[in-house]
Amino acid sequence: MNIANVKQKSLKQRKIKDNFMVGLLYLSTLIVITPLIIIISYVIYNGINALNWDFFVHELGSPTRAMQGRPTGLVHTILGTAVVDTLALLIALPVGVGSGILLSEYPDNKLNPALRIINDTLNGMPAILKGLLAFALIVKPMGTFSGLAGGVALAFVMIPIIARATESALMNIPWSIREAGLAIGLPRWRVIMSTVIPAAKTGLVTGFLIAFARAVGEAAPLMFTSFGNNYLPKHWTGMIFGPVDTLPQRLYSLAISPYKEWHAMGWAAGIILLVFVITLFIFARVLTAEKKYES
Amino acid sequence: MKKSVLKSIQITVIMAIIVFVAGCNGTQESESGERTERQQRVDLMGAGASFPAPLMTAMADEYRTLTNNRVTINYQSIGSGGGIRQFGEQTIMFGMTEAFLSDEIMKDVEANTKGKAFNMPITLADVVATYNIPGVDKGLVLDSSVLVDIYLGKITNWNNSRIANLNPNKNLPSLPITVVHRSDGSGSTNIWTSYFTRVSDEWKNKVGMGTSVNWPLGVGGNGNEGVAGIVINTPGAIGYNSLAYALINDMSFASIINSSGNIITPSFDATTEAANIDLPEDTRILFTNTPAPNGYPIAGFAWMLIHENLHMNNAISTKNEAIELVEFIIWSITDGQNLSEGLGYARLPEAAIDRSIDMIKQINWKGEMIGRDLLRKNNLL
Amino acid sequence: MANNLGNIINKKPIHIIYRWLGDKIFLSLSFILGLTIVLLAIAMGFVLYSESGETFKTFGVWGFIKGTDWDAGLHMSFGALPFIFGTLVTSIFSLLIAFLPSIAIAIFIAEYAPKWLSNITDNLINLIAAIPSVVVGIWGIFVFAPWMRDTFYMPIFLWTAENYPTLLPIIGSPIGYGMTTATIILALMIIPYITVLTKDAIKKVPQEQREAAYALGATKWEVIRMAILPYARGGIMAGAMLSFGRAIGETMAVAMLIGNKNSFPFSIVGPASTIPSVIINEFREAVSNIHVSSLMALGLILFVISLIVNLIAAYITRKLSITGGKVI
Repeated sequence: MNIANVKQKSLKQRKIKDNFMVGLLYLSTLIVITPLIIIISYVIYNGINALNWDFFVHELGSPTRAMQGRPTGLVHTILGTAVVDTLALLIALPVGVGSGILLSEYPDNKLNPALRIINDTLNGMPAILKGLLAFALIVKPMGTFSGLAGGVALAFVMIPIIARATESALMNIPWSIREAGLAIGLPRWRVIMSTVIPAAKTGLVTGFLIAFARAVGEAAPLMFTSFGNNYLPKHWTGMIFGPVDTLPQRLYSLAISPYKEWHAMGWAAGIILLVFVITLFIFARVLTAEKKYES
Repeated sequence: MKKSVLKSIQITVIMAIIVFVAGCNGTQESESGERTERQQRVDLMGAGASFPAPLMTAMADEYRTLTNNRVTINYQSIGSGGGIRQFGEQTIMFGMTEAFLSDEIMKDVEANTKGKAFNMPITLADVVATYNIPGVDKGLVLDSSVLVDIYLGKITNWNNSRIANLNPNKNLPSLPITVVHRSDGSGSTNIWTSYFTRVSDEWKNKVGMGTSVNWPLGVGGNGNEGVAGIVINTPGAIGYNSLAYALINDMSFASIINSSGNIITPSFDATTEAANIDLPEDTRILFTNTPAPNGYPIAGFAWMLIHENLHMNNAISTKNEAIELVEFIIWSITDGQNLSEGLGYARLPEAAIDRSIDMIKQINWKGEMIGRDLLRKNNLL
Repeated sequence: MANNLGNIINKKPIHIIYRWLGDKIFLSLSFILGLTIVLLAIAMGFVLYSESGETFKTFGVWGFIKGTDWDAGLHMSFGALPFIFGTLVTSIFSLLIAFLPSIAIAIFIAEYAPKWLSNITDNLINLIAAIPSVVVGIWGIFVFAPWMRDTFYMPIFLWTAENYPTLLPIIGSPIGYGMTTATIILALMIIPYITVLTKDAIKKVPQEQREAAYALGATKWEVIRMAILPYARGGIMAGAMLSFGRAIGETMAVAMLIGNKNSFPFSIVGPASTIPSVIINEFREAVSNIHVSSLMALGLILFVISLIVNLIAAYITRKLSITGGKVI
């Protein structure tokens, strides 16, 4: 379509088309938002009844517990998720932040062009492949499924996101700040650690939150790494060195199980995951909004 | 404002850490009084077949209560194949499978651990033909050749004369047959196809048996519930489910004419009866198409896999764990069997329990015959 | 911050080792951590490659790719074609479904909606991306798939059975779990990605561009159609490519909804399989080495497809766009 064509139509026609398009935009937005609301409502509606006190204090045990109405819950799963996700964050933070610093603070480094492309590619890699990698690197040599392997797999998911977020958060800090630091005779590493990173704190935390939220919901990499467990281990270190339950992976196995009672628990696990992810999400959004407001 | 949010995050994180640490300390303090008992606590780790998983985990629950939370058995259902593989790789203390170990794998294990791999029957699996024919709620009778030909696509309509001959009093509609099978690897599929392989040379040469096979036709459903869902929702469908699952979900299932010519309606007794045959010493036998005259022909064992030389299994690190494991196994084939009927499983026949005891006798830890000693302790020898 | 600097200066006995060695160590550390990421990517490729060796030796690379059997029972023969086909078809169609609505929403957020509505919509769309895949999956299993079956598949199936029974194999069995269901869910899941990347691309279009078009008397839609979209083209295409990459690798929701049929022929609404779904279903169950190796080989194929898609996206970003490869 070019301008000449446009002119041949009457203004009225064009206005109508304009309005039609606006209507279409509203409509498609509505169509896409609707499932979101439907999904969230269904999860809450179906899961809320299973979300009782027992759910937070008991272990899952066998399906007969649920079928016979005896107390059963996912306390081991919730704790396991906390341990595995924390492990993942601990592993991912140094690697991600370090790479981000390299990308933004040492722009001339020879590694950077390759690193940038590879990092983006790694970010786009299916999470299931990261699970296979963790299986080969951790589970096989250790000879057992473990929370550590799950943490490593999730760290693989987080690392590229953190690296990217760190890079862009640090890039947003004007060079003048670094120059000021260097001018008063500080070494470069001190400038980065004491001025650039504190100044970029909000952006960094936002990035970590997003990476964390993304990893928390991943089930695929955990299926052959942290494996699953119906009970708490005898000692809490068992969560690191032994098989451990995590929410997304447990939700999956509850959902495909043949028991109605477990389905309800699956929905309830869905509520917890949603609440957790949405909380992280809101935190990240609020931080970003305030940052924008300040600048 | 920005500071305040950051602060609140910091505070949340710090509080979470404090609560976590305090929680850890709390439990440690409260438990330090009972340290001696805590030291004896054991986690046993097993994995494998999904069919016996409800029974296995219920046994684990029950056993945990019996031992005052001293022994926890973590059983994950990852499929028979997974059970065999992880058993071979020694990442688990025991495996569970609905397909016994092949000679090749038995040899591998023997080479790796200098001892046998035992296949110990733990419960029985039965597979029934579930169907959805409007007007025929109960009591459809099928025989082996009809069943195979349906699954080979040779009989395509319910009004086929061969089906009608078996069901003279039933009003069979003219309705195309929709064949349903499992899409995931499954022990039920193994038993189902092993029956077909036993009764039909054509099936044997064309498709064969296994936990997942290359089906000549049909629709795949994921898991028992997947197959059941399709059968319930599709008029004219036939599929296969475990008896327990069919009963729970009130599905129609067919009676089968067994090798002795008797019409057998699936039941736990008929399943137990099917296993009432001459068992080889290692119990590695398929008894689909059983010669037992009153046995249901589509049934098989679910086995527990365990090493003869427990100390050679990397997953077992102490003698204490080995003893607790053997103790649990002995319980599961004796008192533990009482849980069976309530959960929809058939009891082990006496013959199978005797074979298991013979195997447990040989289990040892660095040459120490812990199996024999524990059997004596339980008055089983 | 001024305080901070002051402190540092006052406290400082700066000597050469502190400066020079500190910088050296810091740079090396950053370098090593950056190198870790590179090694990680290489390790991923290498592990998949070495673990799938047995399969490629047995069936040949090409033989495996074009093989259509997936038989872990009798013949132990494995072929990847059904899964490659399933992955590509579901991803391509979900992209086709998601593309226009995503762009519409992006335009809506960036150009049309009043600020408050734009913010809310933006947040809601991003929230879709935040919903864990398994949560979408459980909703799909218990709500969406049965609804699709009763509302669409069954009536269509019955109608076809009555009027054109020969078409039935193409329609497939209406069990609810299948290619169409999975594709629609996939489309929903990638919409946020395309939307965000498109929105970013639109926002990068210079204001002068818009003003020039308005000055010619164009309506708002005409401005978007003629001035903005062409300008943001590169960013939009790169966004679509990246979202395509997401769709290819999406595992849990697809595995829960696609019905898991491992062999041809696939049908429109009937069950099928994708590479990630077969890996998640069978990896824990596989017994024989060749079976595990074949699953790893599928992983390698997924790795290669994903690599190509991401590299193309990077290329488009660099060549066609002015947004400078922003990644979400």
